[in-house]
Amino acid sequence: MEKKASAGNRGEGVRSDCHITCEIREVGGIELKLQSRVNALFGEDIRNQVNAILDFYGVRHARIEVEDTGALPFVIAARMEAVLRTLTGSDREYLPAMLPENRFETERDRFRFSRLYLPGNTPRLMINAGIHKPHGIILDLEDAVAADRKYEARFVVRNALRQLNFYGAERMVRINQVPAGLEDIEYVAPHYVNLILIPKCESALQLRMVNDAIEEIRRKREVPCRIWLMPIIESALGVLKAHEIASAADNVVAIAIGLEDYTADLGTRRSQEGMESFMARSMVVNAARAAGIQAIDSVFSDISDMEALKQNIKVSKSLGFDGMGCIHPRQIKVIHENYAPDAAEIEKAMKITDAFIKATQQGLGVVSLGSKMIDPPVVKRAQRTINLAVSLGLLPENWQEQMIAQTESKQ
Amino acid sequence: MKKYDHLTRNAAGRIVPGEINGEKHIPYKGVGKHIPDGRKFAPRIYSCADYPPDGNKLVPDLKEALIRAGIRDGMTISTHHHFRDGDLIANQVFDAAHELGIKSLRWFPSASFPCHQHVIKYLEDGTIHHIEGSMNGALGRFCSEGRMQGMGVLRSHGGRYQSVQDGEVRIDIAVIAAPTADPFGNANGVEGPAACGLLGFALADSQYADRVIVVTDNLVPFPCIPWQIHGNYVDFVVKVDQVGIPEKIVSGTTQITRSPDRLYIAELTARFCDEAGIIRDGFSYQAGAGGTALSIGNYFRDILRKRGWKARFIRAGSNKYPVEMLEEGLVDYILDGQTFDLEGVRSMRENPNHVNTSPFTSYNYHGKGNFATMVDVVILGATEVDLQFNGNVVTHSDGYLLHGIGGWQNCLFSRCTILPIPLFRDRIPVIRDKVTTLCGPGELIDVIVTERGIAINPLRTDLIEKMNGSGLPVKTIDQLKDEAEKICGKPSSPELDDELVAVVKWVDGTVLDAIRKVPV
Repeated sequence: MEKKASAGNRGEGVRSDCHITCEIREVGGIELKLQSRVNALFGEDIRNQVNAILDFYGVRHARIEVEDTGALPFVIAARMEAVLRTLTGSDREYLPAMLPENRFETERDRFRFSRLYLPGNTPRLMINAGIHKPHGIILDLEDAVAADRKYEARFVVRNALRQLNFYGAERMVRINQVPAGLEDIEYVAPHYVNLILIPKCESALQLRMVNDAIEEIRRKREVPCRIWLMPIIESALGVLKAHEIASAADNVVAIAIGLEDYTADLGTRRSQEGMESFMARSMVVNAARAAGIQAIDSVFSDISDMEALKQNIKVSKSLGFDGMGCIHPRQIKVIHENYAPDAAEIEKAMKITDAFIKATQQGLGVVSLGSKMIDPPVVKRAQRTINLAVSLGLLPENWQEQMIAQTESKQ
Repeated sequence: MKKYDHLTRNAAGRIVPGEINGEKHIPYKGVGKHIPDGRKFAPRIYSCADYPPDGNKLVPDLKEALIRAGIRDGMTISTHHHFRDGDLIANQVFDAAHELGIKSLRWFPSASFPCHQHVIKYLEDGTIHHIEGSMNGALGRFCSEGRMQGMGVLRSHGGRYQSVQDGEVRIDIAVIAAPTADPFGNANGVEGPAACGLLGFALADSQYADRVIVVTDNLVPFPCIPWQIHGNYVDFVVKVDQVGIPEKIVSGTTQITRSPDRLYIAELTARFCDEAGIIRDGFSYQAGAGGTALSIGNYFRDILRKRGWKARFIRAGSNKYPVEMLEEGLVDYILDGQTFDLEGVRSMRENPNHVNTSPFTSYNYHGKGNFATMVDVVILGATEVDLQFNGNVVTHSDGYLLHGIGGWQNCLFSRCTILPIPLFRDRIPVIRDKVTTLCGPGELIDVIVTERGIAINPLRTDLIEKMNGSGLPVKTIDQLKDEAEKICGKPSSPELDDELVAVVKWVDGTVLDAIRKVPV
């Protein structure tokens, strides 16, 4: 067993975090050295919290040093737990209270235009993520966390799931690649995570392994909510297996593509035009539609170029994607505006849907608009656009009445 | 002499001294309640027979000028802060005073900056007795820890003008560093290597000081045009190699914020103004130079552009953003108190609609009006706000004095005062039960915009009504406070000493609050 351990971030530019070093000793009681940016207001609070956690793990003699840059209590708890479990070998969980508003299950086909990546070991970026109203937030345990910080990040992510309000965003976690990522599931599944992202997916088997792990935990810990899956395709093999993966389990609600790794696997590079990934993106969309789930596009990494992002989304939408990842809150608004149906699309959909409803009322088998016949799939797509527009607030729910009123006023 | 004496409770319920640094002061009585009487302070009468008829007031160096100005123990020496952190002159004034063995000076700057921590050694050795002006960074710390011999006195820009005009502060020697001047003493801020735009903060000093020294590194033959400072007020002119460091003079924040949280607050603020009907053709606003305020200005610009409207004037702190609007025709005038970047300086030099103002025209409470009250909306910051909407801008929640008041108090008199602030910084909630230091009475603060909701002062029923059905997240200030404490925990009150180290003056010269010593 270790005698000394540390967790957390410190140094220039670090805020809302804390770094804790602890050394367990044989005698001498607890020696706590606290250096905090918020000492005047929360020094006493922090000491009490640290002592309570030491007590929880039965540590009576230790030298402990806390460098705090204004960490919220859930962060301090996560850092303490990481350190003390390493030192004591205990697997007891020190769980901060679960926010009642975080106990919710999400709808299978809710909107997933945007999902904001948040590095799992950087609490500062998590705290206000929800105010930007992304459809989902991803607490990332995979690529955004350095290899030697994977352990401590799990506690930050778990505590964030319990304590942070993301204001209605779907709460997602990206685990590490299976099989290593299976262990991550234990830290998130009991805490009302809504969706788990499985990176670098190449087979249905990987999904089944994830689901087995989830089911075992749900049974053992009596987790009432369903947990959705979103596999990410990031390799040539993954693209070829896209349909197998998309239809591997009934809780797979979306399939995503990660183009950085995919293009590296191809031995090429991402270009502005995206010719190199055209086939892969289409394959993923195709697989998603075949499985009846959502298709989610790769992130756009130039966070300063909103015009390029917009163009990227236009292409993405025309390929059939339902949303994309984002790495900066500023991208969210652009993503929402551009995946949403535009005015011309909505108007056309309104006319078609209106014609369909009238035709049904009149018992006509054929829907027509002017002199043109309209096929059932076109009607279906129009209805989908209408539903989308209504739920995005682009169209009032009583749009049909308004349409009639408008026609009458024109006459 | 005691630092302070005669403690009383003022109308805001704060314990303040009636005697500060041996002088009598009036406790705060309420907004608009203190009615001054008597006449303004008048400087001495001078005769041009005592000044060179060729107009050449040059003396060899600053020390010589100070000697000829009659510097002696206990005098009040003033400087201005248009060079911000690039100022080289204020420190040299006290170097010279120290060399001359002068003691117990009162330094009366319009503001101090980190570069002025040089004078800490003169505060320690008694050359300077105390500072009346903003104290930032190391100077603020020095004062907070009770190490200054006298009491600090903090005033707003308008309050500084008022105190000089009313004779509450009598300046013995004003040292006015100028980017350009002529030997007669006419000076301006628009030309020269240290161009800073204007010299408005030195106006009162030039008008009311016994002796005025102009220091420049860009001496031009008479006449120096424009003459923002009139040579007719000036006793001596000193030519030096350099008055300021240009890149630090334009050191204000001139970039819009990149922080997504602050951008969100800015956007919310702009939407609030729009929903409230504040933004309209011919409106006016003040947006400072902070990152959030700048981006709010940009949202205003977008709205004006989209609707084909034009603002009548922008009250600034100017930089390239309002200048762009002026040049694009989105605003008729910039009424500028200080320029924050070279674009601001250029515009002021070239564009007659970019007007230089002083605390006299913009802020002075003891005048026949001022235009701060005519601005439709001002965007300000704060370190703390309390449940009564009182605001603090000078101390942090740990009690340390770290900022000056600037024009903040004066701006509160606008038609709508909005504070866009994060609900908590790191773990420190911005809404407190009671502000650590009272700088602005809550009755003048209308709206708090945070990332988690907007609180409107219950006194502004008109604004509350306008927000009905707006879809904006309007909450009570109590709700916002609870929300922050749910996330951060409830902060305890820092333990401050009973000893006072500084006072905050209100715009009418009364004492609004006192700042306590931070135990070290």
